[in-house]
Amino acid sequence: MSVTPFLVLSALLFSIGAIGVLVRRNAIVVFMCVELMLNASNLTFVAFARQHGNLDGQIAAFFVMVVAAAEVVVGLAIIMTIFRTRRSASVDDASLLKY
Amino acid sequence: MIAFWILAPVMVVCALAMVVVRKAVHSAMLLAVVMVSLAVLYAAQDAPFLFAVQIIVYTGAVLMLFLFVLMLVGVDSSDSMVETLRGQRVAATAVGAVFAVLLVASVTQATYGAAVGLEAFEEDGNVSGVAQLLFSKYVLAFEVTSALLITAALGAMLLAHRERLTPKTTQRDMALQRMRDYAEHGVHPGPLPSPGMLARHNSVDTPALLPDGTPSELSISRIMRARGTVRDVSQDRLIATEIEAGTKQLESGRTHDTQNEGTKR
Repeated sequence: MSVTPFLVLSALLFSIGAIGVLVRRNAIVVFMCVELMLNASNLTFVAFARQHGNLDGQIAAFFVMVVAAAEVVVGLAIIMTIFRTRRSASVDDASLLKY
Repeated sequence: MIAFWILAPVMVVCALAMVVVRKAVHSAMLLAVVMVSLAVLYAAQDAPFLFAVQIIVYTGAVLMLFLFVLMLVGVDSSDSMVETLRGQRVAATAVGAVFAVLLVASVTQATYGAAVGLEAFEEDGNVSGVAQLLFSKYVLAFEVTSALLITAALGAMLLAHRERLTPKTTQRDMALQRMRDYAEHGVHPGPLPSPGMLARHNSVDTPALLPDGTPSELSISRIMRARGTVRDVSQDRLIATEIEAGTKQLESGRTHDTQNEGTKR
């Protein structure tokens, strides 16, 4: 099977994730959309690993997963801390630096 | 191949619904569908190791973490639909759509040739192939990953930690407070009465009956009274009086019997 359908699917998922990051206000949902974008890029890595016939792409996807896991842990802890002080998980409410 | 054409529409629809849906929990569930489908696609592309890692790390750990935080933050914290910047939602969607078209166009314009495939690479299987690369060419990155994970764990602990502002109340403090309440306000210092659940029913919404037949207000949880789910025990009260009468009768009968025995002797 050609690599193109996988790339198209990956591009669509990445764009949907990007739209979600721009449109949504809930910080946790924004975070989920970031995860969707990371997953879409992983699909590209795996597809190209098969296309080129070496495993480096799969290693890259593996490292993306590790970094994403670490990022989720720290990011969600930050969201929790912000929620504790401001009683809100909306990204619009954390606007203290603006004023 | 068949798996791709079945899963790809499902994934795109679920991803779109994840962005559109109002409640964050629904978004998380839809994201789970996308992630599991991605794992299947990895398996279909000669990446069984990544298939397992995707399921374990993403759907198992990351998504559960999302759900935990959602439960802590409040499940019903749905998005506000108020736009802080006018037209931002429409503009962002338009830009995203243009971006998608651009990406898809550029990806489909290029020619890639036939896929080489990983069969030649994996005489010992995918996992050992990945392991050999991971511990030779990418060993430095792999070691740095451990530092990253430790930093992340420490950071999460530091951020989630809350400094105690007031001294912890010990059992002694609680006992003293209880006695003080009793001395000043006359609050009963003992435990609250338990519900009358085992007398007639097996649920905790049954109030306990006091000796005079009235239900005890303290034996029912405050939340149940607020919800109005407390069981009506006026019928049980009637029965209680009947039982009382019955026991009285029984007792008088027993005394009668003993009296009879006495006369026999």
